[in-house]
Amino acid sequence: MFLMNDRGGPKVFTDGIIEVKNLSSGYGRLQILHDVTFAIPSGKVTVIMGVSGCGKSTLLRHLIGLKNTPPGHVFVDGSDMALFGPQEWMTYRKRIGVLFQGGALFSSLSVRDNLAVPLRVHTRLAETTIRIIADIKLHQVGLTEFGDFMPSQLSGGMRKRAGLARAMVMDPEILFVDEPSSGLDPITAAGLDELLVDLKDAMGMTLVVVTHELESAFRIADQVVVLDAGRVLAAGSPEAVRSSPDPRVRQFLERRADERTVDQERYEKRLTGVGVKRRA
Amino acid sequence: MSGVLTFLDRVGRWGLNHVRGTGRSGIFLYDALRGVFRPPRKFHAVIRHVYFIGTKSFFVIGFTAAFTGMVLGLQGYYSLSKFGSEGALGAAVALSLIRELGPVLSALMVTGRAGSAICAEIGIMRIEEQIDALECMAIDPHAYLVSPRFVASLIALPLLTAFFDGVGIIGGYLVGVSLLGVNPGAYLDGMEKSVEWVDVSMGIVKSFLFAVLFIWICTYKGFYAGVDEGRFGPEDVSRATTDAVVLSSVAILVSDYVATSLLL
Repeated sequence: MFLMNDRGGPKVFTDGIIEVKNLSSGYGRLQILHDVTFAIPSGKVTVIMGVSGCGKSTLLRHLIGLKNTPPGHVFVDGSDMALFGPQEWMTYRKRIGVLFQGGALFSSLSVRDNLAVPLRVHTRLAETTIRIIADIKLHQVGLTEFGDFMPSQLSGGMRKRAGLARAMVMDPEILFVDEPSSGLDPITAAGLDELLVDLKDAMGMTLVVVTHELESAFRIADQVVVLDAGRVLAAGSPEAVRSSPDPRVRQFLERRADERTVDQERYEKRLTGVGVKRRA
Repeated sequence: MSGVLTFLDRVGRWGLNHVRGTGRSGIFLYDALRGVFRPPRKFHAVIRHVYFIGTKSFFVIGFTAAFTGMVLGLQGYYSLSKFGSEGALGAAVALSLIRELGPVLSALMVTGRAGSAICAEIGIMRIEEQIDALECMAIDPHAYLVSPRFVASLIALPLLTAFFDGVGIIGGYLVGVSLLGVNPGAYLDGMEKSVEWVDVSMGIVKSFLFAVLFIWICTYKGFYAGVDEGRFGPEDVSRATTDAVVLSSVAILVSDYVATSLLL
């Protein structure tokens, strides 16, 4: 169920389309990721989950190339991402689609024009063809009637679906999705989850979903990676993670809050004002 | 001791941040200029930005130019009349506008009206991950966002400067000739005889220089809004916009002095 890597951390998926090996990362002096190792298998849904601030988004930024990765830690089809030149980056980014948390739609363009941007830049298709492709993608996400709308006229869920349509417009091989359910009501969130799985099945994509929503994660996942404080806490099939005996994983799955640690002496001082400077 | 070390640490960080920022802004300019010749096609984007920077600034430029010319007419008449040289009013107004005030005031007004909006728009794209989205779509954000605005400002600002000069000269004429009674022939003749190509070319060179400066600073500040702080909130966009307008204005005034001293 759980394999251990040579440093004692969990290791899963012996090979994958993307492999992360002992990745440590941070911002300035603040270290966010510690020795993260896992792989993303082709054609499956991999869910990276964990509490807020555990390093999910930082990890995602490494995987999509928005954060520099040191050599020897992230491999795409066996090639070290850190050694990518401009041409390799271009090729990789044409293989991926990214749905950002807020949709990241271009606010000055209509929904249809948002979808048309990558087609206009990367292809020599006629405008009528681009329009047809954009409308097909909008139909797939249930936004057939909203092509002429501006992003500001859409609800949060619709914006995410429009962002999903744009992420898929170049038929990517790997789709990265950042927090698909956050900020959505349960019905809309469930609808978006179903849509993701349907699209994955229909188009044979590899899906990487970053989320902290348990329900959503277990509904769509083929493989789950649980991060905690920048470390991989558990990884494996949803069933394997669900039955993990690790107390921190259990706490996360059972939605138990951290125990509060209160400095009693400081708390009393604050209440009584002793030793505390008062504002004039 | 620790206080001294903390002070040195802060000074060192401040210095390093500025060196890094200077280098990054140079690379940004290089990327923006290189992006002019790289895909995607920019014709429609350039037209759209010329409309935004140029056409939409016509009213504010015309208004500023008219009153600048009128004030020059008043002040010029007051000064020249002391020497009995009211006839030189046309030359004084035209030379002041073409060589100095036209390029400088046009650039300052365009910075306030269009530069701030451009900075805020790009800054919002930064904090809403729209620039990240462009990168993930294998689209060069410099070529897509910045380069068309560079080209548009290089087209729009010299034209606005010419418009400013024309309206300012008419404003000076209205005050000098219609209000204060200067001979119209003397006004126009003095202007025609005193303004030479070297004066016009100085104005043109300055307007191109100011166009590069204001668009470079405004797009750069928006592009990196909140990046150094590592947080991406609305306050970072507002700070970037304020910084962009202040820095652009200072850069325009300083470079005006440098350019004038070199071109004279």
